[in-house]
Amino acid sequence: MSEAVVSILLVAGASFMMLAAIGILRLPDLTTRMHASTKAGAMGAMLVMIGVAVHFADSAVSTRALAFIVFVLLTAPVAAHVIARAGYFTGIDLWPGSVKDELRERYDPDTHTLSSGLEHDSQHTENSEPPS
Amino acid sequence: MLSIAIDVVYFMLSLALLFAFIRLTRGPSLPDRVVALELIASVVFGYVGVHAIDTGVSSFLDVAIVIALTAFLAAIGFARFVERGAKE
Repeated sequence: MSEAVVSILLVAGASFMMLAAIGILRLPDLTTRMHASTKAGAMGAMLVMIGVAVHFADSAVSTRALAFIVFVLLTAPVAAHVIARAGYFTGIDLWPGSVKDELRERYDPDTHTLSSGLEHDSQHTENSEPPS
Repeated sequence: MLSIAIDVVYFMLSLALLFAFIRLTRGPSLPDRVVALELIASVVFGYVGVHAIDTGVSSFLDVAIVIALTAFLAAIGFARFVERGAKE
């Protein structure tokens, strides 16, 4: 019984990681690649660790697996955010089919500042046209 | 049943590692490569967990925790490097 649960958890975790890898190989630009890899990769690692906790059925191992899961849950979004931020600042090319880039009119690359978009009322009308 | 599952999982993780490595070598920009490195770290967590079950040595979990720590610090460091290199 426990073996079946562990097998399902391991295969599910490995499937998530393989999906993330396929996404990172096939998707067209940085942000879509991160969309595939950061969430599915962390999910796969967490499922494998739950499988380890179920397999050993020991409080010391379960605590360490839980600590690992909490750590991944805390650090994966932070790391993804920091990399995406750095990538956007360096001016990566977005996929031509992207329909929305809300930072384009808000972020000033020269002064490195981000405005809320509410300083001037005229900016609201410009948001409707898609970026070229 | 578990041994078959472990073999299948090893194969899938190897495939994931190969795909991430292709993106690491081909990635057009530096942030793409950093994302691929982060995914490789995730796949290595999976390897370590499956290896702990395979061998029955639970101490490998500590290895996974340490790799998670270093991968996070590496991601932060690479991001700062990318950002600072863009400013000059």
